Amino acid sequence: MKTMKILGALAIVAFMSAFTIADSIPTGYKIGDVATDFNLKNVNGKNVSLKNIKNAKGYIVVFTCNHCPYAVAYEDRIIALDKKYSKKGYPVVAINPNNPAKQPADSFEKMQERAREKKFSFPYLLDEGQKIFPQYGATKTPHVYVLEKTAKGNVVRYIGAIDDNYEDAAAAKTRYVENAVDALLSGKEVSVKETKAIGCSIKA
Amino acid sequence: MKRISTHISLLVVLFVFLAACGDKETKQEEAKIVKAEPKPKPMRVYTADGVSVNAYDFSGFEYFLKQKNDTTYVVNFWATWCVPCVEELPHFEKLNEKYKEDKVKVILVSLDMYKMVESKLLPFIKEKQLKSEVIYLRDPDQNVWLPKVDSTWSGAIPATVIYNKEQRKFYEQSFTYEELEKEVSNFK
Repeated sequence: MKTMKILGALAIVAFMSAFTIADSIPTGYKIGDVATDFNLKNVNGKNVSLKNIKNAKGYIVVFTCNHCPYAVAYEDRIIALDKKYSKKGYPVVAINPNNPAKQPADSFEKMQERAREKKFSFPYLLDEGQKIFPQYGATKTPHVYVLEKTAKGNVVRYIGAIDDNYEDAAAAKTRYVENAVDALLSGKEVSVKETKAIGCSIKA
Repeated sequence: MKRISTHISLLVVLFVFLAACGDKETKQEEAKIVKAEPKPKPMRVYTADGVSVNAYDFSGFEYFLKQKNDTTYVVNFWATWCVPCVEELPHFEKLNEKYKEDKVKVILVSLDMYKMVESKLLPFIKEKQLKSEVIYLRDPDQNVWLPKVDSTWSGAIPATVIYNKEQRKFYEQSFTYEELEKEVSNFK
């Protein structure tokens, strides 16, 4: 009987520690995972979900924001990506993951201003409550996820930077996102699936 | 009996020989440490108003991550535009000042964009009167060098490496002064 009690206690401890361990594992998608859809408010006031975007073969989901100089340095390149790929079925969907209470420059109103000034051709969404970016595992802006629309859902095919030169688009030798989308459009495997780059940490 | 003593003397000779070899190796090791690489030449030196900063690409900068002496290095990656980085800088300054007699050295590695070095970084160093060594790291091909700092680094800043010749730890986080002091105290 005593043994049973001890075993029971051990089982409970094991059970609880299993949960603690699970909690401490960093969340976020890996290549090949199915990414969640969302329903977030766009700068035009209407909500956007990936599933409602017509004629998409996939999506270029970019976590970006107003205030971060790295994000600003990439703004024109994000616009160019949408121009080039939305008509091919890979539109850009930009999401601001920052909490405006902590980063006033990233408020919804400021997002609207920025989208107007730069004539964003793509949705620029606010991650209200900061619930979506942790599921993706975004840690900084800009942080790109290329998703391919498949029968089992939107599969993550690329995670990382837009290209290999934040300072100068013209000097970039490898355009990671373009290469990834080009590969997907021609039915090939993405060769460089993950890259790293400096960015502004997300303020949740 | 004679054979045994021969064996013993052979053993002694062998032992002395091995010991000498070992000693030689240790000396060579020491020589390697003493002859550490010289401080690399910066790609460029930015100077204005009595403030100057050395600029390195990653291959030059790597020297500052590989020191093997009795100092503990606190290498903080930051930028003038990064709000949480700027907020925690005073903690690094305080640490550098408080422990300078105790072989702790703070190195502030700016990741500002090159267009901002003269317009933002140099005036910032002057205005804040930064005492810790500031280095400007300019290497746009981040995907190549970020993992060399730490394989787990996502690229978000602030980020900090604390190391000495025995241990090394990477932190992708902001610090309070107390947290920073506690971490550094684990390196002694």
